[in-house]
Amino acid sequence: MIIQIAKDILITCGISAFLAFILTLAQKYLNNYGICKIDINGKRSIDVEGGSSLLNSLTDKQVFLPSACGGRGSCGTCKCKVVSGGGPVLPTEKPFLSSTELSNGIRLSCQVKIKSDIRIDIPEAIFNIRKYRAVVHEILDYTYDIKGITFKMIEPGQIDFKTGQYVQLETKPYGKVKQKTVRAYSISSKPQEKDRVQLIIRLVPEGICTTWVHNHLQVGDEVNITGPYGDFYLRDTKADIIFVAGGSGKAPIKSMLEDLQVVGTTRKMTYFFGARDVKDLYLTEEMYAYEKVFDDFKYEPVLSHCNPECQWDGKRGYVMPYFKDAIIDPKNTEAYLCGSPGMINAVTKGLKELGVPADKIYFDSFG
Amino acid sequence: MTISSFVLFWAAIFTSNILLTNFLGMCSFLSVSKEVESSFGLGVAVFFVLTITTGLNYLVYHLILVPLGLVYLQFIIFIIVIAAFVQLLELVIERYAPALYYSLGIYLPLITVNCAIFGVSLFMVIRNYSFVQSISFGAGSGIGWLLAILMLSGIRSKLKEKLVPVGLQGAGISLIITGIMALAFIGFSGIVNVQ
Repeated sequence: MIIQIAKDILITCGISAFLAFILTLAQKYLNNYGICKIDINGKRSIDVEGGSSLLNSLTDKQVFLPSACGGRGSCGTCKCKVVSGGGPVLPTEKPFLSSTELSNGIRLSCQVKIKSDIRIDIPEAIFNIRKYRAVVHEILDYTYDIKGITFKMIEPGQIDFKTGQYVQLETKPYGKVKQKTVRAYSISSKPQEKDRVQLIIRLVPEGICTTWVHNHLQVGDEVNITGPYGDFYLRDTKADIIFVAGGSGKAPIKSMLEDLQVVGTTRKMTYFFGARDVKDLYLTEEMYAYEKVFDDFKYEPVLSHCNPECQWDGKRGYVMPYFKDAIIDPKNTEAYLCGSPGMINAVTKGLKELGVPADKIYFDSFG
Repeated sequence: MTISSFVLFWAAIFTSNILLTNFLGMCSFLSVSKEVESSFGLGVAVFFVLTITTGLNYLVYHLILVPLGLVYLQFIIFIIVIAAFVQLLELVIERYAPALYYSLGIYLPLITVNCAIFGVSLFMVIRNYSFVQSISFGAGSGIGWLLAILMLSGIRSKLKEKLVPVGLQGAGISLIITGIMALAFIGFSGIVNVQ
């Protein structure tokens, strides 16, 4: 009886084991893509183990494409151009790609699996992107909901960035938030201070990262930062400049002004800062001080939701109506905008109506 | 009366279509039939799995289970064979047709427990088919399933531009169409009966 049962079980197990053996062999053979070559811009080539995603393979080799969701295919920021070897576009990518991008071979690098040699094109600036270990050096309260946080770089100890670029800050799990998240913030310090970056972060209600920064982050805490990313940098021309910022959009403009103070400039500059109320203004003294530093600089805070009785004798309403006084030669004017998508759209429209060329309007929209 | 394999093959497609007369394998049939392309992919996958697992299960049943008197283990063994084969197929599709792999999504692994596939293996045993008959029946059923899902997806892609009452959109209208298709297939049933 017992022998019979044992025999039956053994046969069942034998069949299962045989099938498992075949599957294991198949897995070894089918999932082994060998060493594949990633050719970047036709200039560099790196060898990686095939079978994982392009994004992860590049990250392993210290090439950091921007990615906010960590490769889950939900943010659409890790786009890059795949010239050859990327395989067909997957249904998981299509929602993030426009028809122009599709015809140009743009793919989501987190969804492209490396199965053969692959050729990709990425901006050269990406090679400058590193992962940094940094420590919180200083936390300043600018307003009731905006903080300026300075991080000191530990490893590597120095960061090279252009004014207006941004970094990605990685949060640690806290409270009910069990996962790491990554969010992008513009650098507000000057590029000459290579050992640190300052970020200006406004508390977003229910925001995972901003809540962490405002309520949990302490001086001395260690964090991971990757960067610098972005092409919202100050162009080195002689054109007049209009800066427009709202809320924490002051960050990249602050970096640009501090940089200009070091390198010197004679350009005509006007800085419109849009805020709701007096309590939303910050760094006002510092900004006014630049009027003495530069030959031709004007700081114009404009309050949109200030009651008639509030203590404010500056400009009121939205910023657009005040542009025409600040722009003398619209064709020779560059605009740098940083703020919410709504503000960017409205300001871009206003500037175009005044004759500022669309290709001279640069913006960093935090959507 | 023994039915020739050739007749069995055609019968499995038309007169006793596994889907439209036995209503087996409905879940993926209804959910993947939104697009013709992925329907075709899944249909081909089901065809492969059906043909090959029916053959494999025949061999396992008649060469291992019957001689050793383990016929009462047929369910678990059949399922294991089907599961292993689907897993293998998944590995192959992921490697060679990644776009199909992602568009099939969960429905590819769900073939493992697709009742059409297990059903065909059981019919093979109950009806005492020979090896060649089993393969023909499996292949015929696979093609029958492929035909049915292709027809439904073709109709559904035409339906996208048509006005469908709100309450019937999606699964509702698909079930009605499947019912009408099944009725139409009854028209074939006079030709031959393999039940």
